[in-house]
Amino acid sequence: MSGPSTYQPQHPALKWLETRLPILGLVHSSFIVFPNPRNLNYFWTFGGILAFMLVAQIATGVVLAMHYTPHVTLAFNSVEGIMRDVNSGWMLRYLHANGASMFFIAVYIHIFRGLYYGSYKAPREVLWILGMIIFLLMMATGFMGYVLPWGQMSFWGATVITNLFGAIPLVGQTIVTWLWGGFSVDNPTLNRFFALHYLLPFIIAGVVVLHIWALHIPGSNNPTGVSVKEKQDTLPFHPYFTVKDALGLVVFLIFYCYFVFYVPNYLGHADNYIEANPLVTPAHIVPEWYFLPFYAILRSIPDKLLGVIAMFGAIAVLFVVPWLDTSKVRSANFRPLYRQFFWIWAVAAVGLGYIGAMPPEGGYLIVGRILTVYYFAHFLIILPLLGLFEKPRPLPASITEAVLGGGAPVTAGAPSGPQTK
Amino acid sequence: MTMKSLSTKLAGLGLGLMLGLGAIGAGAALAAEEHGEEAQPTHFPIIKPTLEPWSFAGLFGRFDTAQLQRGYQVYKEVCASCHSMSLMSFRNLAQEGGPHFTEAQARTVAASYQVQDGPNDAGDMFERPGRLSDRFPSPFPNPEAAAAANNGKAPPDLSLMAKARAVERGFPWFVLDLFTQYEEGGPDYIHGLLTGYKEAPAGMQIPPGLHYNPHFVSGPAIAMPPPLSDGQVTYTDGAPQTVDQYSRDVSAFLMWTAEPHLDARKRAGFQVIIFLIVFAGLLYVTKKKIWSKVAH
Repeated sequence: MSGPSTYQPQHPALKWLETRLPILGLVHSSFIVFPNPRNLNYFWTFGGILAFMLVAQIATGVVLAMHYTPHVTLAFNSVEGIMRDVNSGWMLRYLHANGASMFFIAVYIHIFRGLYYGSYKAPREVLWILGMIIFLLMMATGFMGYVLPWGQMSFWGATVITNLFGAIPLVGQTIVTWLWGGFSVDNPTLNRFFALHYLLPFIIAGVVVLHIWALHIPGSNNPTGVSVKEKQDTLPFHPYFTVKDALGLVVFLIFYCYFVFYVPNYLGHADNYIEANPLVTPAHIVPEWYFLPFYAILRSIPDKLLGVIAMFGAIAVLFVVPWLDTSKVRSANFRPLYRQFFWIWAVAAVGLGYIGAMPPEGGYLIVGRILTVYYFAHFLIILPLLGLFEKPRPLPASITEAVLGGGAPVTAGAPSGPQTK
Repeated sequence: MTMKSLSTKLAGLGLGLMLGLGAIGAGAALAAEEHGEEAQPTHFPIIKPTLEPWSFAGLFGRFDTAQLQRGYQVYKEVCASCHSMSLMSFRNLAQEGGPHFTEAQARTVAASYQVQDGPNDAGDMFERPGRLSDRFPSPFPNPEAAAAANNGKAPPDLSLMAKARAVERGFPWFVLDLFTQYEEGGPDYIHGLLTGYKEAPAGMQIPPGLHYNPHFVSGPAIAMPPPLSDGQVTYTDGAPQTVDQYSRDVSAFLMWTAEPHLDARKRAGFQVIIFLIVFAGLLYVTKKKIWSKVAH
């Protein structure tokens, strides 16, 4: 995905294939010799982790779908059938359910990393926007997946979230009826959510290809935010970054498997082990944890329509961050003010998540409102102004200088494999 | 004012704001809890579950077969007269990592029930002795009949009870629970509830047909009458025949019915984590070696 390939196949069969479909050359240039900045830290392993999680979710999901029945009278028991009677079904289901949470943990770290190091800035705006589209698709997929077990939270979460569209003036109720395929969340809703939950991951995979393509044009950003200037700023993807990404991934898998095997229901809600009952409303309807900050923003605003606009606005504002941030400097490491405001915003975002899990009353409501205002102020006021008033620290001349200090010539580690030394 | 001092001040302001907000939130939560007087509680359960020692808790937790067998006995002789358990089959009784009765024992248990089957060749429904593949029979033919016989509220199915009830743990416990692997909230709650019936405090009105239980998660009183009494179930293995012991045994049994593969899960988990740690160690060494020749 980055210009003509330097791949020279030796084997006749490979030569034959390469002259007809240069797919090995594509893999070679994208994942073998692709030059990556040599100073990437472990926050840059989350792209690979996310790719792994997408594949893992599709793999476990396809097998789960073989045993699942998307019908209101059978869905709950078919999931319990998977938990009890399908060989290792409990493992597949816990891998898939916790995998969704891990996917979101990884994507949030990935997004926070992008915000901290200014990875959204020119020339990576399209890369960032594609990432945000993936994030939106993930949220839709996660939401619809949570409905499938047809527990109480599935049903009532679906009811609350789909009803949000009813806030749209004039056509709101018509849209909601259209989404439901009826006059309440019922069998047609469950059916289409299942179909879409199966479809969307493949659309995500497609956008991921575009995301990687858009990444491979400018190449990765790096902790200094200084662009790659010469070949010695980089190292080939293999073996340097394959082994580093693999280590990051396996450490992440330890974390993931701890949840799956020891606290598989920690991130879930007990009410979802009660079969959906349209006649009994749970005391507190809470979405999955990864929606909680946005849920808090929704509930902070007394007006339903404005609440919905604010909730979607909280995501929409991320799309335009490349143009809201007026600073020329990418990395927060060289932006003393932004660095601190970034962390304040990060705490505010996590704080909103906590508020989203609490009942919307008393002090929680007040704190939620203040944090909501701050969340938007960060992007709409602080970010544009910081670029104008902040005095960045001096940037290193190049990545190589930042790595070695003082711009000494790089003698070791020119971009070739260690096996050639 | 220099840029640096401005930045420090701004950041300080921001952090101060965040901490202040946190304090407001915590204060509001505390105030809400202090309002509850004994006769007019506002938060349920009135008494939070206490953490009981369970054989299946923790890294190496496993079900205690003898306890599950006793728990099944309590369920069968007491709970099953009102509660269904529709997700369990007789064959599960012989399951490894469960009560682990012999297959012959499970067959005998199944055969002691009459199960409706059919229609037969003549188009008639008929009764036959239960088989291993049959589900536990429900005490009522449908939820309406169950409700009609129980003061208007059908007793809930018990299959998933131990995972379907959770009492808010609150901060900081919900964070610590992750590290202590606390996932026994269900059995802790059930044990508290079964042993928690007592006289209502003076001044509290309990509607007729309900029973005061400060451990109940949805209100001060529960429709279920106190189900257990000392000596009610005759154990053959010498375990104490007390409400406390019955309650522990049946809570453990309900945890098993809710999570029948818990033993297998924890065993597999240990192997998986050990494998991944070794794998990560090897990758770390490999990575060190590969990167040792380049500055980064």
